[in-house]
Amino acid sequence: MINSSLKTLSQMLAKKEVSSVELTQAFLNRIDTFNPDINAYIALDQDKTLAQAKAADVRIAAGSAAPLTGIPIAQKDIFCANGWKTTCGSKMLANFVAPYDAHVISQFDAAGAVNLGKTNMDEFAMGSSNETSYFGGVKNPWDFTRVPGGSSGGSAAAVAARMCAAATGTDTGGSIRQPASLCGFTGLKPTYGVVSRYGMIAFASSLDQAGPMAKSAEDCALMMNVMAGFDERDSTSLQRDKEDYTRDLNKSLNGLRVGLPKEFFAEGLDASVAKVIEAAIAEYKKLGAEIVEISLPNTGLSIPVYYVLAPAEASSNLSRYDGVRYGHRAAEYTDLMDMYCKSRAEGFGAEVKRRILIGTYVLSAGYYDAYYLKAQQIRRLIAQDFEEAFKHCDVIMGPSAPSTAFKAGEKVDDPVAMYLQDIYTISTNLAGLPGMSIPAGFSNNLPVGLQIIGNYFDEARMLNVAHQYQQVTDWHTRMPELQLPQGTK
Amino acid sequence: MEWEVVIGLETHTQLQTKTKIFSGASTAFGAEPNTQACEVSIALPGVLPVLNKEAVNCAIKFGLAVNAEIAPRSVFARKNYFYPDLPKGYQISQYELPVVGKGAVTIQVPSVGKNPAYEKVINITRAHLEEDAGKSVHGAVEGMSGIDLNRAGTPLLEIVTEPDMRSAAEAVAYAKKLHELVQWIGICDGNMQEGSFRCDVNVSVRKKGSDKLGTRREIKNLNSFKFMQQAIEFETRWQIETLEDGGAIQQATVLFNPDTGETRSMRSKEEANDYRYFPDPDLLPLEITEADKVRVRAQMPELPEAMKGRFESEYGLTGYDAASLTSSLELANYFVATANAGADAKPAANWVMGAISAKLNAEEKAIAESPVTAEQLANLIKRIMDNTISNNAAKQVFEAMWAGEGEVDAIIEAKGLKQVSDSGAIEAIIDEVLAANAAMVEEFKAGKEKAFNALVGQAMKASKGKANPAQVNEMLKKKLGA
Repeated sequence: MINSSLKTLSQMLAKKEVSSVELTQAFLNRIDTFNPDINAYIALDQDKTLAQAKAADVRIAAGSAAPLTGIPIAQKDIFCANGWKTTCGSKMLANFVAPYDAHVISQFDAAGAVNLGKTNMDEFAMGSSNETSYFGGVKNPWDFTRVPGGSSGGSAAAVAARMCAAATGTDTGGSIRQPASLCGFTGLKPTYGVVSRYGMIAFASSLDQAGPMAKSAEDCALMMNVMAGFDERDSTSLQRDKEDYTRDLNKSLNGLRVGLPKEFFAEGLDASVAKVIEAAIAEYKKLGAEIVEISLPNTGLSIPVYYVLAPAEASSNLSRYDGVRYGHRAAEYTDLMDMYCKSRAEGFGAEVKRRILIGTYVLSAGYYDAYYLKAQQIRRLIAQDFEEAFKHCDVIMGPSAPSTAFKAGEKVDDPVAMYLQDIYTISTNLAGLPGMSIPAGFSNNLPVGLQIIGNYFDEARMLNVAHQYQQVTDWHTRMPELQLPQGTK
Repeated sequence: MEWEVVIGLETHTQLQTKTKIFSGASTAFGAEPNTQACEVSIALPGVLPVLNKEAVNCAIKFGLAVNAEIAPRSVFARKNYFYPDLPKGYQISQYELPVVGKGAVTIQVPSVGKNPAYEKVINITRAHLEEDAGKSVHGAVEGMSGIDLNRAGTPLLEIVTEPDMRSAAEAVAYAKKLHELVQWIGICDGNMQEGSFRCDVNVSVRKKGSDKLGTRREIKNLNSFKFMQQAIEFETRWQIETLEDGGAIQQATVLFNPDTGETRSMRSKEEANDYRYFPDPDLLPLEITEADKVRVRAQMPELPEAMKGRFESEYGLTGYDAASLTSSLELANYFVATANAGADAKPAANWVMGAISAKLNAEEKAIAESPVTAEQLANLIKRIMDNTISNNAAKQVFEAMWAGEGEVDAIIEAKGLKQVSDSGAIEAIIDEVLAANAAMVEEFKAGKEKAFNALVGQAMKASKGKANPAQVNEMLKKKLGA
């Protein structure tokens, strides 16, 4: 049951083969068993969760169920959920209980989904290994000595270890796709503006986008049907007609033009990862796809541009954490400035401070033009690269990450090596394009993800492209063999 | 050595919207602390700003009123600094691309001493939309500072002038004009005590004839025109004395102390923040179309400049009178109502600007609170015009009406103020006066013009002020063969 698709679970619930309470309890039991080791969840509230499950059962009995009614979902701890501790992985918000619901949370509530708990993440979504979380690292279910990727590491591990039916994540530079790659499941970052950011704690506002993390493209499509849609509370939310993301799943891929950017297969890509990606491309050829070689010449600039723009926005977005109204406040201080300094020094971790400093620097008088403005100009060039590329292809494919999951602690002291984890994903955030990662095989028993990048609002086609692959491969159904912790029966 | 003062103003006008500029929280003044602070006002994690369209309409109205360029595309920027009453750690404002560009207002500078009144055009550099901060409250909580975020997020239009003013009188005339204008077009309630209209004044001095600007000091938050006048005068003297003593002016922000009448430096430029402005990624650029301008224009009253011109051509008023009457929409409407009720325009203008305005000022009342309605005033003027009462008597009637003693005719009746226009009665009085003042008559005949006026005075006195002065004049002339 824990490995079933959302569609199957939904049918089982509809047929009363299982109740939402039973299904939820099954996941809660699994969380009880494995979470102490994996540390995917940082906030659990069985009473709240089961109350939602009971309400879902009532709704199912009343015949007014929606597709995700009664389905237990894990929520990244970046989303404010009324009455839930919402920490964003930071000591700064360790005591913050959100008094309101993020748009994404209320969408799932309205759909009747059950909130299993809040998942671990890199502090304020800044990281690619989940190691910057104040609440400790997350273990990769495929190998407990390795990281799950980040920043949505908790959601990633929860999906991979089947501690939820599906999860939400957010992706500012790759935070859905890179962990999806490292943990072996399907994750989608939609076009910027498709999912409302209201109530999603901001890291870099012009790049942040929420999306689904699930076992398959079909599951992601069902999640998107709940998450996507216009929200007047987010001025960057796009006013578009509601769409059914499952509508094109079964379309043939015959004639699909797949662009392979040569820059994605250059130096820095692990050879064993490249092999898996090539095999996946070959599979697509069998499905009728044509391969087109393309170029995204400014790919190499995406990391420097990102590490100017994202910290710039973050330095401002994180200014509200001043210890005045909520969040961490130092116990002792001499005056206002001392209170600010101590509260922020104690409340933020090293990576967050690093980015606040970088961001403050690049926005400072005298540096703004050389850094922020220049980065914005290059950002436009990067978007133009994609615009040009999509004249020649329908989707772009390549690796999601340059390597498989790395060892915990391996890159914590080398921020640049850590930043390079997102070399293939960051440019889509800069361009606002949708991207996804799907399981494409293994290298040394560790999952490898194939990235699919689509044109603006082409999520339905990307899901179709992923789904067709998942009809002829079974990588996405592979589950890590989890060792029961000692002492468990 | 002759010095010249150079003044520019930055005015924060609080826009009259029901809700805040980026959230649905109320903007009403005077509520219990933090009862109008929604999740956006207190900057909870995850909240986002949504622009209030009504605030944009206000900005458009202002742009149209000062004949300014209204930007087809303007951008909201974040001004970053830490302060306890600034919940986000940044203020959303506009920086490089403001909504309103260059415009102008014409001011009437009143006559001072021997200097006559004059008109002057003050150029507006820009006006931009931004949000207000909250307030720090000291003393409400023992040993601690409180924060009230009710005001946080209230929409402001910051209006910036060129350094076009050359005296405290010009600066005050501009501030008054602007104050009247923003109320006229209905974008600001103009309440200076509640902080709805706050002026910061940039003052510098230079040698007369120089075209280089001196170093300026900014006087913050002047909440009355009187203080503005005092502050500028003090600051100007201080700067001139400093320079004449061989000192130099440091760029600084200064506060005016109404108790001492002095300005004092609050912070120097060295201590100034680097605000790290950048475009707010949470808000799209603000786009205003020609159609938006047309729509907003249709909601606006006739502008004071246009109305002034119309008063001159339609009512034959002088430019000065027309400008005075169009200093506020209420005053102008009152004048029009008086004229429409049958009073001649010129006396109506004189009464509105004279007796009515004096009374309102003395009692600190708005024209809407005037106990004498436009119709009552018109009736009074009609009684002067048809010679029922003299001008002097009219003043008494006006006072009585102001005191609520009734309608014009009833008061004239009750007080016996009706003018004597019966020529027989007037002739009898004049004959009496001429007989009793033979010496004056002689003087007049000897060429002393003054004696004539004295005789008129005697005749009016004899009639207890009721004789029609024009008739007395005429008849006296006839009798004296003048």
